[in-house]
Amino acid sequence: MSDFVLPILVLIIIISGLIKKINIYDVFIKGAKESFSMIINLFPGLLAMIFGINIFINCGVLDLFARFFSFIHLPPQLFSLFLVRPISGGASLAITSNILSTFGPDSYIGRLASVMQGSSDTTLYVITLYFGTVGITKIRYALASGLIADAIGIIVSILVVKLMF
Amino acid sequence: MVNKIWGFFIVVGILLGIINGKTSVINENILLSTTTTIEMILKIFPVIALWLGIMEIAKESGLLIKLSNIFKPILSKLFPELPSNHEALGYISSNVVINMLGLGNAATPFGLKAMNALQKDNKDKKTATKSMITFLMLNTSGLTIIPTTVISLRLMHGSTNPTETVLATVIATIISTILAIIVDKIFRRRNS
Repeated sequence: MSDFVLPILVLIIIISGLIKKINIYDVFIKGAKESFSMIINLFPGLLAMIFGINIFINCGVLDLFARFFSFIHLPPQLFSLFLVRPISGGASLAITSNILSTFGPDSYIGRLASVMQGSSDTTLYVITLYFGTVGITKIRYALASGLIADAIGIIVSILVVKLMF
Repeated sequence: MVNKIWGFFIVVGILLGIINGKTSVINENILLSTTTTIEMILKIFPVIALWLGIMEIAKESGLLIKLSNIFKPILSKLFPELPSNHEALGYISSNVVINMLGLGNAATPFGLKAMNALQKDNKDKKTATKSMITFLMLNTSGLTIIPTTVISLRLMHGSTNPTETVLATVIATIISTILAIIVDKIFRRRNS
């Protein structure tokens, strides 16, 4: 099903360009050229964030966090996932994968991790990427509201999985 | 805010790393972050270039405007300060639609274009506008119909029914997106 999405999207766009008699090739080149300036603007912010996040995620804070929450009877990996999901897409995918292989994808924990991973996005990465490309440094309430929304998303995921399975 | 978060990550990370005896891991990560960034850039650069090209055709042929017209009733409520023919709205609609279809990587260039379009009318180029933050909220709440990555991950780990969590994911993401919009509205009001 999702295999069809991209080809059909491309097809519609190209055909509509042909119908409107646009020089589609030249327009494509013009658009693609913009990617250089975009990447140059985006690189420093991305480097800074990856630098900070890599140090933070690998310093053992996740073990500490898991131990702190061990009084609740849920596997510690789940809490690592809660913590990491807004910070790092790669790390949260690795944790989800680990949960699925340890507990099985069809277990309660496995389903919860699947829903959590699928229903939220990497807030910090998106903020860095999007504000970074346009050179915005004063992000006002963006991070606060984004993280509150993430926390709400986690609670909603837990409730939905509890009710549906 | 970014200053504090970034500083927090590095200071806490290094100190905890030393306490936990993970100094060598931290060392490695300080050196590795550059290569990780380049790998990431190499991965998204061609995707961005390709989609910026295709999107330019969509823009010139008027498709983007058509798409934003479909979502106009919702978008005008979410972005009251933007005129209904604003360039950014077409990019925002495309970004959200492609994200919903589970194609996060292809959606990114549209998001970046939307930010560029919003930045054009921004008076203070260093400070985020309300529209930008609302757009980020829409984007990070992870609105999705087909969570492609998770389905393939479940398949990989031998799930008997890899798509059984799709419905739950869709319901969770719809509820959390609505709540995210409400959170955004509250912040908008407090900062007006």
